[in-house]
Amino acid sequence: MNLDLYVWRQNGPDNHGRLVRYEARDISPDMSFLEMLDVVNEQLIRNAEEPIAFDHDCREGICGSCAQVINGVPQGPREKTTVCQLHMRHFRDGDTIYIEPLRARAFPVIKDLIVDRSAFDRIIQSGGFISVHTGGVPDANVVLIPKDDAETAMDAAECIGCGACVAACPNGSAMLFTAAKVTHLALLPQGRIEATRRVCMMTEAMREEGFGSCGNHYECQAVCPKGIKVQFIAKLNREFIWAQAKQLSGKREKAG
Amino acid sequence: MTLDGKVPAGPLAEKWDRRQHEMKLISPANKRKFTILVVGTGLAGASAAATLGELGYRVEAFCFQDSPRRGHSIEAQGGINAAKNYPNDGDSIFRLFYDTLKGGDFRSREANVYRLAMLSNAIIDQCVAQGVPFARDYAGYLENRSFGGTQVSRTFYARGQTGQQLLLGAYGALSRQVRAGTVRLHPRTEMLDLVVVDGEAKGIIVRDLVTGHITAFAGDAVCLCSGGYANVYYLSTNAMGSNVTAAFRAYKKGALFANPCFIQIHPTCIPASGDYQSKLTLMSESLRNDGRVWVPKTKGDRRKPADIPEGERDYFLERKYPEYGNLVPRDIASRAAKEICDEGHGAGPGGRGVYLDFADALGRLGKEKIRERYGNLFEMYEKITGENAYSRPMRIYPAPHYSMGGLWVDYNLESTIPGLFVLGEANFSDHGANRLGASALMQGLADGYFIIPRTIAHYLAQTRPGMVKDDHPEFRKCGEEVSTRIRRLLSVKGRKTVTEFHRELGIIMWDLVGMERNEEGLRKALRLLPELRAEFWENVSIPGSGSALNQELEKAGRVADFLELGELMARDALHRNESCGGHFRIEHRMPDGEACRDDSACCYVAAWQFRGDDREPELHKEPLVFENVELAERNYK
Repeated sequence: MNLDLYVWRQNGPDNHGRLVRYEARDISPDMSFLEMLDVVNEQLIRNAEEPIAFDHDCREGICGSCAQVINGVPQGPREKTTVCQLHMRHFRDGDTIYIEPLRARAFPVIKDLIVDRSAFDRIIQSGGFISVHTGGVPDANVVLIPKDDAETAMDAAECIGCGACVAACPNGSAMLFTAAKVTHLALLPQGRIEATRRVCMMTEAMREEGFGSCGNHYECQAVCPKGIKVQFIAKLNREFIWAQAKQLSGKREKAG
Repeated sequence: MTLDGKVPAGPLAEKWDRRQHEMKLISPANKRKFTILVVGTGLAGASAAATLGELGYRVEAFCFQDSPRRGHSIEAQGGINAAKNYPNDGDSIFRLFYDTLKGGDFRSREANVYRLAMLSNAIIDQCVAQGVPFARDYAGYLENRSFGGTQVSRTFYARGQTGQQLLLGAYGALSRQVRAGTVRLHPRTEMLDLVVVDGEAKGIIVRDLVTGHITAFAGDAVCLCSGGYANVYYLSTNAMGSNVTAAFRAYKKGALFANPCFIQIHPTCIPASGDYQSKLTLMSESLRNDGRVWVPKTKGDRRKPADIPEGERDYFLERKYPEYGNLVPRDIASRAAKEICDEGHGAGPGGRGVYLDFADALGRLGKEKIRERYGNLFEMYEKITGENAYSRPMRIYPAPHYSMGGLWVDYNLESTIPGLFVLGEANFSDHGANRLGASALMQGLADGYFIIPRTIAHYLAQTRPGMVKDDHPEFRKCGEEVSTRIRRLLSVKGRKTVTEFHRELGIIMWDLVGMERNEEGLRKALRLLPELRAEFWENVSIPGSGSALNQELEKAGRVADFLELGELMARDALHRNESCGGHFRIEHRMPDGEACRDDSACCYVAAWQFRGDDREPELHKEPLVFENVELAERNYK
């Protein structure tokens, strides 16, 4: 099949970008979307032009590197599918495809389709972990965890940190990402102890990084390649309100 | 050079304790004076950096990905082994040790493997404490499943994403140390050389992948946790960025490269669909618990699998290996699949595929149970092939997956360059000639959480902190060498793309240094590879410049090293006159076709020393001594 591509080209963070038209010829329906871009890039290199820069690594839908916006949709048109797992059989011969980087204030463009998502790392660094040193922990079966809790924690823990949720949100919010981590850890007895502090720190970090707030659009859930649910945002909000109440009562106690 | 594995004396079970007692410690007040450079943030790197940070060292952690959460360990699906014996099915530390040693075809160091088995239980405890959501039963206890090469269920798992969950656990621990200020992260940064001062590893040269800046980092010790080199085959299950450069640069600076020809070809991968294929996708080996492998009995049978009656199917693994059946180790399953396809029984495009059929398990357990166990794998299969594995069998074919070989290290994980430690897949130490499933995660975390924190202290205690600074002339010299190499690559301006060279390299390696090797083919590879390398340096085309983000340049540097590594692998495969594990020489096989080891002549680690670009590397041998097990034929029948 043959396709018309309009690809966002931008030399660096301080340059202006623009959409450039390319033709993708003789594309097999069994190719992945990134393999289609490989073919276009090989041709560009042969013509001594600079290939389209895009992040990618595992090409198995788990490392979270490859998020792009395809025809306006972060991670492309297929439900619960990363760009690397999207195959060309879902497009038609002669289609026009627009390919852009994730757009969000907190994710500045580095080059072409590559954006800087290090804000996510800083949200995790603010408290998205359980504070345990290596060694000196109890046997793994000492603390039992109800299967349902473990399964829901796993549902949340499946987040791959790709950033599609942020780009899909009209507010550029990172609530789904943060909520997934908060929920995963708050549901486990090991993570419960720090839950209050964690949710406050992570929420604050989110704000500092320039992410917006949740406006209940649910766009994040719609594009999430791992099917992370907005219910986790409700959980985040409950945790946060509970934490605020606890802090308030803590202050009163001190004042008294 | 004599290779001293520095294995402690005494009974097997006491060796690690003894070593820990012999080793020097560093006081908490002094730890913060030492800087440790950790290259790579997969399981080994993240766990090492986090733990060293917790202990109070100053750690600089580097990764080429945009975030340390994306190391290739994240792709590991099936699970992690431990000798917990929770199911009460007869497991023990000794059994895990023996299975791993036997699985590796008795080509690994006994004491290392025993220590690995011993530490396995503490890893599970640690991960649970970090919040890794392992699978549990309805009473809240941890669940186990079985894996290839074992008859017990000792594998802990988190759906089909165990690697992801373990890595996110280690990444959490690492993030905690970043917050605490003990670890500094350097993402999108690639190590391009090792700096050796007065014979000891004292720093690295890195390239900032966004700006192209070349920078020197000095440290008191260097930990290489840079993963494996299966991408030398171009098509492999490794992430696209996985490369040998950091390890190969260390090899060129004097670290010995051990058993480079020991590569694992994984039996259950999705077959390639065309020439444009950029990588191969693994389907977790855990699928072999419930899937049955078969091919049509009739050669060239092109009927749909459902139309082939039971009597016309050959369940060849169950037929050839009745005791282990579909759960034989990876090397054996891979070879059996390739053989049967070479004979003309294969399914799918080019006859390169065998069926992995879940019909029996679906009948026995129901669709819900199968979905719970393997749901994400079935989804992934459907995304890639467009086929539904609940209603028709999967097609699978072997693909390069893991490198057992790597930089030579002693019992303390120290290479032949003092101060250079090598962890995880980047070292050669624990898996011999073949790795058992669910053992890579175990090794990466054992090295990072529990071994390196002890052994690196012993080295550091014998040095003065901050002895070498980055203004030492050696740093400038190395930095200039790196810049010159980059300029050389960019100045070729040839007509072939990096990927074209990589693909050609892959074909040579797969055909001649792949699953089956023989003398004639290996000699041919040793003729073809230098020619391809010469052509690369005359005809490669890399657009753009070195002073900005340039992904073709990154690839080119990696492929240049793969081209040299391929030659080393072929040389190693040629010299090893036996078949063992993943190294199968067709001249050396039993009458029934199985691998034929030569314990009298080949029971050693082959460690290669670089002696210059125009000279052959020198072979050193570390004899393998087995005090606690008898070398047995590896029989899974």
